[in-house]
Amino acid sequence: MDKQIRIALAGNPNSGKTTLFNALTGTQQFVGNWPGVTVEKKEGRVRGQKDVNVTDLPGIYSLSPYTLEEVVARNYLIEERPDVILNIVDATNLERNLYLTTQLVELGIPVVIALNMMDLVKKNGDSINVEELSRELGCRIVEISALKGDGVDEVVSACVEAANGTKTVPQHSFSGSVEHALAHIEESAVHDLPEEQQRWYAIKIFERDDKALARLDLPEKTLAHIEEDIKAAEKELDDDAESIITNERYVYIANLMKGCYKKKNKGELTVSDKIDKIVTNRILALPIFALVMFLVYALAMGKSISDGGIAIGTFLTDTANDVLGDAWLKEGSRAILEGWGVAPWLIGLISDGILAGVGAVLGFVPQMLVLFFMLCLLEDCGYMARIAFIMDRIFRRFGLSGKSFIPMLVATGCGIPGVMASRTIENERDRRMTITTTTFMPCGAKLPVIGLIAGALFGGSTWVATSAYFIGIAAIVVSGIMLKKTKMFAGDPAPFVMELPAYHAPAMGNVLRGTWERGWSFIKRAGTVIVLSSIIIWFLTSFGPVNGRFGMVDELYEDETVVTEEYVASVSERMGIPEDEVEPMDDSILARVAQPVSVIFKPLGFGDWKPTVATVTGLVAKENVVGTFGVLYAYDDQDGEEELEENGDQIWDKVAEDYRDFSGGHGKLAAYSFLLFNLLCAPCFAAIGAIKREMNSRKWTWFAIGYQCGFAWVTAFIVWQLGRLFAGGANVIGLVLAVVLLGLFIWQLFKPYKEARTLKV
Amino acid sequence: MKTLREVPIKSTVKVVKLHGEGAVKRRIMDMGITKGVEVYVRKVAPLGDPIEVNVRGYELSIRKADAEMIEVE
Repeated sequence: MDKQIRIALAGNPNSGKTTLFNALTGTQQFVGNWPGVTVEKKEGRVRGQKDVNVTDLPGIYSLSPYTLEEVVARNYLIEERPDVILNIVDATNLERNLYLTTQLVELGIPVVIALNMMDLVKKNGDSINVEELSRELGCRIVEISALKGDGVDEVVSACVEAANGTKTVPQHSFSGSVEHALAHIEESAVHDLPEEQQRWYAIKIFERDDKALARLDLPEKTLAHIEEDIKAAEKELDDDAESIITNERYVYIANLMKGCYKKKNKGELTVSDKIDKIVTNRILALPIFALVMFLVYALAMGKSISDGGIAIGTFLTDTANDVLGDAWLKEGSRAILEGWGVAPWLIGLISDGILAGVGAVLGFVPQMLVLFFMLCLLEDCGYMARIAFIMDRIFRRFGLSGKSFIPMLVATGCGIPGVMASRTIENERDRRMTITTTTFMPCGAKLPVIGLIAGALFGGSTWVATSAYFIGIAAIVVSGIMLKKTKMFAGDPAPFVMELPAYHAPAMGNVLRGTWERGWSFIKRAGTVIVLSSIIIWFLTSFGPVNGRFGMVDELYEDETVVTEEYVASVSERMGIPEDEVEPMDDSILARVAQPVSVIFKPLGFGDWKPTVATVTGLVAKENVVGTFGVLYAYDDQDGEEELEENGDQIWDKVAEDYRDFSGGHGKLAAYSFLLFNLLCAPCFAAIGAIKREMNSRKWTWFAIGYQCGFAWVTAFIVWQLGRLFAGGANVIGLVLAVVLLGLFIWQLFKPYKEARTLKV
Repeated sequence: MKTLREVPIKSTVKVVKLHGEGAVKRRIMDMGITKGVEVYVRKVAPLGDPIEVNVRGYELSIRKADAEMIEVE
């Protein structure tokens, strides 16, 4: 056989589609995205078959034009016209699963049904007359157990046979007046299309499906003529055309069920029902939920095992950091490279730039795998849907979904897995909103920054740290409410109804595969971004023009013919620091660029080059803010972070003094404004990489980053300007602007809002 | 007019008509809540919304605001 056979795997969510796909393809998978959208696309070659490829369509309930997944799936089916559709049907939920089947068989493509979980049906004492069902639907049905791998080979051969056989012809028909209208439509509008496609288009025209209509581009006159037929049917059946079709599909299926499905124990509770009775019980649901969340958090990101906690994730990551971290990767590579006689700048680039950056990212991997493993577990066993059920009420008020809770919780540990955990949110709008706002939560790396400011200027007061969490939550709430009213987020309708799938023991294969897929995508994407950004920042801080010569500042400063006393005096004047505190870094490109850039932060109260440099290096990793302060204020030591801890008080005094100086005596306010900006602005590069991966769109990535920075700037601006009003010495223009901006915030927050009803793709 | 929103938990009702239009209505119908189908209201979420119903043999969660569009008897 030379012909390539393309199978499209279609089915409801929670029908075992992923399990079947994995069973079909084994390891020969390619994971990507559907063009232009964030819906994941999986393709693979069928095991043991050279010429059979399978494409996994998104899990869908229908082929309506209203959700992104459905539009993606139907576009593929209509445009690519695969050779055969493999429709996986959950036998334990036959009635609703067959609803999609009635739509698939209309496409004029051979359909094979894989009837999954028949073993469970039999165990319940129910029975399905498969032969009868197959005859009624007009397509081959193969009983399988995707989990056990039973019947998978049979499905493949059935698909190959069907691909070479005849097209599936829909066996069901609609009521008289609908069929009458459909016949008219077929005659007047879709006559030129291939015969097997006419039925599907006719039904879509009858439903007034705007996407199908746009594709056909019918003349006005034909449309007007068709409209009359549709109106006549609508009048007779007293409903809109779309609902008539949906209704009649279900009526047909209900009749089918009567003939084929025998239920033994009507009304008796299944095991899943019994579990759910406890897990989403009105009183117990919240404590159980809190316990589950606590376990996820404690196991992945809490106190390490070595410190008496239960966090496997933290323990593994600490271990990995010890191995990969400074000692091994950075110093080890330095020693090796020096032994080879490599040029110092190249050693710097490799050891301090690339390897230090890569090490920092790789160190997170074990922790993330533990976290992803647990999230996949929750997803696979069916609890994730219950989380949404429990939390929905709170989150939907600010344009998020109940499932946004997990990313936010995870983000208190690290923003990267937080952003990646948003993948379980089906609705694209909710997902984008979650990705945009989730890094407002203060992550672990922001804690040292909070500690620095609290310690340096607020005498170690705990309210600074507490307020950081409140600010994070408030920023999410405020952003959610404001953004959901903007045009960008108004387009797609929110989810209104959600299936609560039956609980089942998680399939370890699926969980492990899901864990690895997410982990690998983290390593790949976040890794490349951080490598690049590490190189750039390393270059910017290591190189610069020194007294007319350009090169590595550390080297040039050793040459006294270059760095003359007059030159040091000029640097000290330019940077506004004492002569004996002039450091090589003051001549780096970053320091030189930071000086003019710091103007941006003038209206926020910290328009000085040092906080500016700290903010920029914070983009590499937030804890760098502290390290940079250390470097900038503890001039006699290169390793700022350690210095800051040992000689903390001294440096804090310097920071406090500096803040008082450049803020005109409002040191605390300026420091708080600085903290606000750094908490809310764009996250570190690795997290930006994750945002880019999850948004899968340049436009949306830039929107998220821009929004975060803008929101941070405006918030800090308002706080600084209004704060000075109370502290004395307000700037009139700034004050007016701050009041206006605050007014805009409040207006956007309380502006009336109507949920959108159409989908734009 | 009695809607699904007002139905007390642990009772079964029959859907009479669906109000509303477009994406929302279609989505609810796609999930199997159509004219004449029996819906069993199983429980209310701990925070009072959404509700969980059993329809066509499976569990479905639906917000009260949307349940209001479903006329029942």
